[in-house]
Amino acid sequence: MSSGRSLVKIRDLKIEGLAGEDWLPIVNGIDLDLATGEVLGLIGESGAGKSTVGLAAMGFTRDGCRISGGSIEFDGIDLVAAPLEEKRSLLGRRIAYVAQSAAASFNPAHKLIDQHTEGPVLHGVSTQQESQEDAMALYARLRLPEPESIGFRYPHQVSGGQLQRAMTAMAMSCRPDLIIFDEPTTALDVTTQIEVLAAVRDIVEQFGTAAIYITHDLAVVAQMADRIKVLLKGDEVEENDTRAMLEDPKEDYTKSLWAVRSFRRPEQPPAGSGVEPVISVAGVTAGYGAAPDVLHDVSFDIHAGRTVAVVGESGSGKSTVARCITGLLPPRGGEVRFNGEALPAHYRARSKDRLRQVQMIYQMADTALNPKLRIRDIVGRPVQFYGGLRGAELRRRIEELLEQIEMEPDLYIDRLPSELSGGQKQRIGIARALAAESQFIICDEVTSALDQLVAEGILKLLDRLQNELNLAYMFITHDLATVRAIADEVVVMKDGRVVEAGPKTEMFTPPHHDYTDLLLSSVPEMDPDWLDRLLEQRGVENIGEAARVRLD
Amino acid sequence: MSGLARMIGQRLALGVFTLLVVSMVIFAAIEALPGDFAQAILGQGATPEAVAAIRESLGMDRSPVVRYFAWLGGVFSGDFGVSFNQLSFQSQYGQTGERDVVTVADQLAPRFANTIFLAATAAAVAVPLSLALGMLAALYRGSIFDRAANVGTLTSISSPEFFVAYILILFLAAANPIFPSISKIHADLDFWERLYRTVLPALTLTLVVTAHMMRMTRVAIINLLASQYIEMARLKGVPRWRVIVHHALPNALAPIINVIALNLAYLVTGVVVVEVVFVYPGIGQMFVDAVKLRDMPTVQACCLVFAAAYILLNLLADVFSVLTNPRLRHPK
Repeated sequence: MSSGRSLVKIRDLKIEGLAGEDWLPIVNGIDLDLATGEVLGLIGESGAGKSTVGLAAMGFTRDGCRISGGSIEFDGIDLVAAPLEEKRSLLGRRIAYVAQSAAASFNPAHKLIDQHTEGPVLHGVSTQQESQEDAMALYARLRLPEPESIGFRYPHQVSGGQLQRAMTAMAMSCRPDLIIFDEPTTALDVTTQIEVLAAVRDIVEQFGTAAIYITHDLAVVAQMADRIKVLLKGDEVEENDTRAMLEDPKEDYTKSLWAVRSFRRPEQPPAGSGVEPVISVAGVTAGYGAAPDVLHDVSFDIHAGRTVAVVGESGSGKSTVARCITGLLPPRGGEVRFNGEALPAHYRARSKDRLRQVQMIYQMADTALNPKLRIRDIVGRPVQFYGGLRGAELRRRIEELLEQIEMEPDLYIDRLPSELSGGQKQRIGIARALAAESQFIICDEVTSALDQLVAEGILKLLDRLQNELNLAYMFITHDLATVRAIADEVVVMKDGRVVEAGPKTEMFTPPHHDYTDLLLSSVPEMDPDWLDRLLEQRGVENIGEAARVRLD
Repeated sequence: MSGLARMIGQRLALGVFTLLVVSMVIFAAIEALPGDFAQAILGQGATPEAVAAIRESLGMDRSPVVRYFAWLGGVFSGDFGVSFNQLSFQSQYGQTGERDVVTVADQLAPRFANTIFLAATAAAVAVPLSLALGMLAALYRGSIFDRAANVGTLTSISSPEFFVAYILILFLAAANPIFPSISKIHADLDFWERLYRTVLPALTLTLVVTAHMMRMTRVAIINLLASQYIEMARLKGVPRWRVIVHHALPNALAPIINVIALNLAYLVTGVVVVEVVFVYPGIGQMFVDAVKLRDMPTVQACCLVFAAAYILLNLLADVFSVLTNPRLRHPK
């Protein structure tokens, strides 16, 4: 494993970032060693400094950051002191980078292959012609469809998972000694992720490239890395070989990361057969504008006190169902019933009381809260609008709501959203939904933008509120771990249709619908051999997009 | 591409409608001005009989609505009418009968060609100059060069055109007689002589329009420098100038093209003052004279040319913006 010679040697690295007028520390003295051909996993939550350290290993800092101390050596070259031109000749040629969002990292104005060949040609590694042929060979190796021609497309003509693989190919274009993978699969669906993971690992092994793999997902890093280094707020927590780290984490913080997915909502008794569901989606068909239908005859029920998780990949129609229930998108066919009564299709046709009954919590708490309003106004507005409370009564109700979401009223009532953390903002989003005193709340990917520890806190809070207030949740998510934690029933959607629905326990035990099976088997597990086993079981042709296409 | 063709069709139809509205507004505005052509041409010593005679010969005793539609009818059959100025002399000298009169269109054509020549000369300098300056300012953002370019172009845009023009005359014509201060242009001049006489007005216009285009180029590029594909390009070891020219510029073109179109339109329509200062025989000069005389057909024709220039250049800008967007050029 670490038998190769030393490639990267970072000692006591300190990096500061400009915040307003002041330089604040981002990384406080980190050591890092990487040998040739070795893969190091860097994990931590947002703000841990993972990406900053990863970029620093390339001798690069983002605008507004500076290296304030320590040394970075790449193959004997001092990257802190090296002149700009010398560093530039290394970038792309000997050290390459794969970014989180391939869609944003490919230049929309140029064809993939032109971006692929730019590095090799500029660095004088190969000619345009040679590099093009090499690109096609790499595309084929990464199992991209039509490797001969896909490179001549523009980025918007290629899917996300394919782009991510094309970017990995681009990183390999000069056959670098080191690749920095910066959360390369975070933005992808699970079934797509697995394909990219397999491709990345194959190519790293094939060419003996050293890599730093940055992620917040432990199960992913377990498949990819020889060693794992855990970071927290710019400090190293611990480092060890992958297996040793997974089996026996030493530090409390690491253990808490490992334990995060332990939350399980206790099994709820199923609703009786005669009980009227709170929300009943009945044969809903819908589409946007003049475009063809994106939902086809979608039906499911949600009972009081129960959580229905709607699962599916991007584009499966999960959020569109939510838009139909809220009345933002009137269905073309079918109807939505609330406690047995049909809701008017368009929200404008709904009375205030009907509007009150359907509340939403959004994925991006950042953009869902008005940044100019104080917490008292954000939470107070629905209280006023639906409840008609004023003055002292209003204030008391706001305080009560803040207490329900476990935030000290005196401390937070006069703050602006910008003065809250991500998790706190999401709590305010929950309080705003509670303020309407509805029986039903739609939670649209409410935890997917949060770190795992924070997300778990939100799930626990939602669970507690559900028990106290007998709420019904529709929980939209693509994360099956979240489903396992909180759902009572699961609805699996694909291409605008419900492919499987039923109690959670049934969903997680075979036999499943083929698509459910594909989804479930694609969720990485904390076992370093999981990917190998899966590839062995299913075969490389039977994962990801290829498998999905086969299902259609 | 059929979408693009449809857009062009719609915009052209809308453009014709806009021209119609413009002609009404101009007609109404001239009607609202005190005095009319007869009073203007006869001046202080006008006798009521003379004024009435001219009005009658020009048909100005009819109601404004009738006159507008008479004019409009002519336009739709391709006849922009005859300048009052031409007609008036006939009536004053008592000539009768149809003679070969010079129509507005005949008068306008050479003038328009002159104006286009001036605008094109200014644009040929200003557009590449401002693009280059904008890219350099983005490349060396925050440097002395960036600031100097900003201050320089801002100063030139903040000064009134005639002032810039007189300063140029002072330094390049009076103090150092390099260029002529009066642009005597006529049809027999060869290209280089014509260009030589156009230098000062073209330079004035260049100074006036460069700032806007340069600053837009700079901002459009700087806005993109934070995007991930720019970071990716830098991490591939692409040199800074190439990052700007090859990776940022193609994506910044749409806003830049729109600003260029606005400024080109200004070069055609905004030349009035500059033409007057340099006595440049363009459409602007003609327009000013026509307004003074309340010469309705000429004013209308000039205004329609101006409006058409705006409409066409903006349409052209939108077409080019669409063409620079790979998403629209190469749909999925």
